[in-house]
This record gives sequence, C-alpha cells and structure tokens, in this order.
Amino acid sequence: MAHKSKDLKEWEETTLKGFIEKRPERKEKFTTISGAEIKRLYTPEDIEGFNYSEKLGYPGEYPFTRGVYATMYRGRLWTMRQFSGFGTAEETNERYKFLLENGQTGLSVAFHLPTIMGVDSDSPLAAGEVGKCGVAIDTLEDMEILFDGIDLEKITTSMTINAPAAILLAMYVAVAEKQGADLKKISGTIQNDILKEYIAQKTWIFPPKPSMKLIVDTFEWCSENLPRWNSISISGYHIREAGATAVQELAFTLRDGMEYVEWAIERGLDVDKFAPRLSFFFNSHNDFFEEIAKFRAARRIWANVMKNRYKAKNPNSWKLRFHTQTSGFSLTAQQPYNNIVRVAIQALAAVLGGTQSLHTNSMDETLALPSEFAVQIALRTQQIIAHETGVANTIDPLAGSYFVESLTNKMEKEAMEYIEKIDKMGGMVAAIEAGFPQREIQDAAYEYQKAVESGEKIVVGVNEFVVDEDQPVEILYIDNTVEERQIKRLKAVREKRDKNRWEKSLKELKMAAQRDLNLMPFILDAVKSYATIGEIVNTLKEVYGEYEEPIFI
Amino acid sequence: MERKIRVLIGKPGLDGHDRGAKVIARALRDAGMEVIYTGLRQTPEQIVNTALQEDVDAIGLSILSGAHMHLFPEVVKLAREKGLDDVIIFGGGIIPKQDVPKLKEAGVAEIFLPGTPTEDVVKFLKKNVKRK
Repeated sequence: MAHKSKDLKEWEETTLKGFIEKRPERKEKFTTISGAEIKRLYTPEDIEGFNYSEKLGYPGEYPFTRGVYATMYRGRLWTMRQFSGFGTAEETNERYKFLLENGQTGLSVAFHLPTIMGVDSDSPLAAGEVGKCGVAIDTLEDMEILFDGIDLEKITTSMTINAPAAILLAMYVAVAEKQGADLKKISGTIQNDILKEYIAQKTWIFPPKPSMKLIVDTFEWCSENLPRWNSISISGYHIREAGATAVQELAFTLRDGMEYVEWAIERGLDVDKFAPRLSFFFNSHNDFFEEIAKFRAARRIWANVMKNRYKAKNPNSWKLRFHTQTSGFSLTAQQPYNNIVRVAIQALAAVLGGTQSLHTNSMDETLALPSEFAVQIALRTQQIIAHETGVANTIDPLAGSYFVESLTNKMEKEAMEYIEKIDKMGGMVAAIEAGFPQREIQDAAYEYQKAVESGEKIVVGVNEFVVDEDQPVEILYIDNTVEERQIKRLKAVREKRDKNRWEKSLKELKMAAQRDLNLMPFILDAVKSYATIGEIVNTLKEVYGEYEEPIFI
Repeated sequence: MERKIRVLIGKPGLDGHDRGAKVIARALRDAGMEVIYTGLRQTPEQIVNTALQEDVDAIGLSILSGAHMHLFPEVVKLAREKGLDDVIIFGGGIIPKQDVPKLKEAGVAEIFLPGTPTEDVVKFLKKNVKRK
C-alpha cells in the first residue's frame, strides 16, 4: 500500500477537509467515459518507486513509452490520412485528387459493403448498397480507375479491407505493376484484421482458421515481395466503437496482435522478418487523459511481449506503430457543429499519445457520408494542431505527470489481466469461439447507454443543453445511377476478359487452397485475369465454408 | 395474464454494426418485452418470415450502411403482402433527416435517430402495439 507522507495527510485533514465541509464536490465519484474511477489528486505517492528507464526510456528506445522515433514530430509530422470512398471508382478518384491538392499526405480507401463482404455489385445481396458507404470495386478495372493519375510509388495507401484483404492487395499490386512501379518502393497498409471482425465489426466471410491462414499468407508474401508494406493493421477502433471500454480496447487489440504473431511463428516464419511490418489502429475517444495513457501503455506492453514473450531481437519488431481515428460513436446528430470541437480534442489526444497517422472525423458523419466542406474542416483541424498549437515541438510532453503516469501504469496492469485471462482460455480464436470478448463489449455498451439515459454521463446536446431548433447541415447524397453504372461496367468486364485464362486462374486457386499452399500468387493471377471479387471469394468458400456467428443479446 | 409485447429486431443489409440493435434488444427485454434478434445480414424475406413464425407485434430494423431507402420499404411491402397488417415496423441507424418523411410514406411507423433514449422506443411500442 502506498504510504502517505505527512504532508499529504495533513493537507487532507486540514485544508481539504475544511474546504469540502463548506463546498462539497459536484459528485461523489468521478469516472472516465469507460467508468474507471479517477482520484481527486495525484502526487508522487501514486508513482512510488517509479523507475524512469524501465517504465519510460528515451524516444526510439525500449520500451518506447515516449514514442517509437527518436525525434517524433520534430522530424516528421504524423501522416494526415482521411478515410474516404463512395460511389464508383471515378467519383472517389476525384475526391482523392481533391484531398491530395489540399495537403493530405496519404490515401485511405473506404470500400462499399459488397466489396467488404466479397459480393459482386450485381448480386441480389448488394441491392441498395452499391457505392453507399464506400467505393464499389468488383474487378481490377475498377482499381485501375481508382488510382488513375496517382503515382503509387509516391504516396502511401491504406486500405480498410479485412476478409478479402488478400484480393484487394493483389489488385493494388497489379495496378502498381501496370504503372511500372518498383514493388520494393510501394508502401501502404491493408487492415487485414479478421479477429476484430469476429469480435466487433462483424464483416467476416470464412471461419477463423482459414481466415488466419490467409492472413499469415499475406505476412509471408509481403515480407518477400513488398518490404515496405504493412501487412496488417491490428485494430482496436471497431472494438471501441462497438462499446468496449478503453482498457478492453487496449487488451483485446494487443491480444489479437499476439494471436497473429503466434500463428505466423507456428507457420515457421521468423518473427523478426514479419513483426516490423505489423501496425496498429486505435480509437481516440472523448476522455482526454485516459486516451493518452492508453496509447502510451499500448507501446510499453507491445514492446515487452515482443521482446520477452516472442523473443524478437530486432528493435523494429518491438515498436508499436499506430494509426488513430477519432471516435465516430462520440459524435452526435444533435447540434452537429459541436462535433468539430469533439474531434479537435480527440485528435489532440492522439497527437499527445504519439500517433503515426490520423483520421479526423467529419462533423456530419452521424447523418450521412461526409460532404467536401465537412472533410476540409476535419483536415484543417489536424493542420491547426500541427502548425499552430506548438504541441508538436517536443516529444511526449505529458511524461512525468503524476496522473498520466499512474493512469498509464493502471491501464497496463488491467490490460495484462485481460490478456492473461484470454491466454488461459487458449488464445483469442478460442476466446472468440466462446463469445468472451463479444459479451464483455456488449455489456460495456449497455452500461454506457444506461449511464447516459440516467444522466450520470452528460452528452452535450443529447441529454443536456438540448435545443429544439435544427442546425441544417448539407449532406452528401449518393447518386442513384451509381448502382446502374457499376453493374454495367462489371458486365462489360465479364464480357471482354480472356475466358480461358480466367477459368484456369480460378481452377488453380481452388487447387492451391485445397493443398494449403500460400494463396497470394494464385490470387494475384486471378485478379490479373479480371476475375471478380465475388468469383474469387466463392471459389474459396467452396474449400473453406462460411463463418456462423453465435447469436446472443 | 396479459400477453407480453413481442418484438423482432432485424439487421437487414450487409453492415455488421450491431451495437445499436443489441442495446435496443436488451432495453426492450429489460422493459418486459419478448425480444427475438435475427442476427446479421438478413434479407427482407428472411426477416418477414421470422416475424411470421414468431408471431411478433413489431419489427425493429437497424441499418448503418446507407441502404435504408431500399431495404426498409422492401420489408414493409413483404410484410403487408404476407398479411402482417398490424405489425408495427420501425427503424433506426445513420439515416439523414431528409429521408424520414419518405420512409414514413412507405409505411415505416417511426424512425429513431442517433441519440434517442431507449425509453422513447419502449414508450412508442407500448403506445402503438395493437393487442391481439
């Protein structure tokens, strides 16, 4: 137990006691948005025995609590990467050019749901969904249009794609080859994180085991062919959006990461060959210090497990590099302009937490896809933080704060308890099959909802400070002709492709899946023969089957 | 004893965002209703068939992908074709306000936008469900 010095005790019994008697505090208990209790005051006693070099170290050195690079934002600012995609490839290509002209430094592709689910735009399942919440990509031809006039050697591209990630990666590589780019120079990320799909976002296709196999295939293939490509973005974002607390986000994401490492090692890959290309993706929510502590704890835990548990020797394998997105869930449909302020605060937390890249949400996202006007404000928010506030001048400025260090320690400890629990269940795949993380998140989401409805947690404009009049916001509508245009192009591609080559590539893909070979070369061949995403996925379903979710409420 | 209100919570469309659907399902259950949840990615046909089999009083639809203008009216149409005339059909999700009148015209009884207290949904059902 922490020993209280005479000074603190004295203060509590005299100054504090006298003050509280006259003016009681606003609440009996102060908690974070995750429900974690926060003390009135943090002092040196909360970090008693704190060992600087063990807990923090220097930037760019183990355990990387202060940041993964020696100079952090003094050397290079974070990548400003706005997630975007809608309609057909032509429309999204235009938006990309707009963003690049406005100073954005990397692309981030949002695919429409049929692509995410491995379904072609003309499937009955796609009705009403084409181009709605992302760009429609059915074949390599769509991908060629998407990146038309954009030099893939010069930009980095992040693709939010999971179950069919290997297919979209293959399409990107095929476009890069057509542009004449050197594959050793192209850089970007595929999300490729199926575990958080089973846990939270729920856009899966195949069962866990073949899905994990496909992911390890991409690790292996990328480490040999695309050395600068991040073969996975292990994501807490969706886990948090589904209702997890900050500690749950931290724990489940890192345990997911560990699961991938274990499966790749099991395949016989050298940990130091693939681990440097693992990247992460976190949420930045409203509770400012809790978020900053979460990012710092994440780096420390990852460095520790990679070095000590998985015996990685290359310091690059120990570094947790991450992308951050501000919290979509935290935004309100009521008084939407207030969202600009929420996003700014969340973005600041991500920067103070040492993020490598950042997406700032647009204020109108609770209503529809963002308009160009709203996207520009979101991007400007990052530019203001970077260039006007001065926070990028020094590294990890909150280190040494009694509160922040104590919170970082506490979150690390609580996350490790979850990780040990999942270890005991036999790992993350086993835990998912038992419904463990899903239930934990569902319960946390319901608790939060009750806290808002009881007024215990205030959401400005929703349960307090409510106004009657509407703030009109202009909304992006997806043109009704998108579906028709996309299906027309898809049918034309099916007509004009070389039938023999197409048939052969799918046959070979099926055989490779049956023989458990690395599928990347076969998928690459299939996309180059203009096989559609639906055709490739259906071929694999014949071998792997489909996942069925355990349903509970 | 009075029959409990029976509600089917359905997720049409391809998106997997089930936080809202599950929070609503639990809140309705805690309010004393019998709740059936369809699971993800159900076609309008599947949802209406489940509604028939389970003899529900109301169908709640949740969608966050932007396909509501296609899928909500489709569920209403199929439900009425199958004779589910008294079943209340309501929905929620990322739905622009401008779309709400059109959805109501298509027969959706109510649309609950983000930020709605679950209690409002409970009150709405208690008021509108016609007891059999």
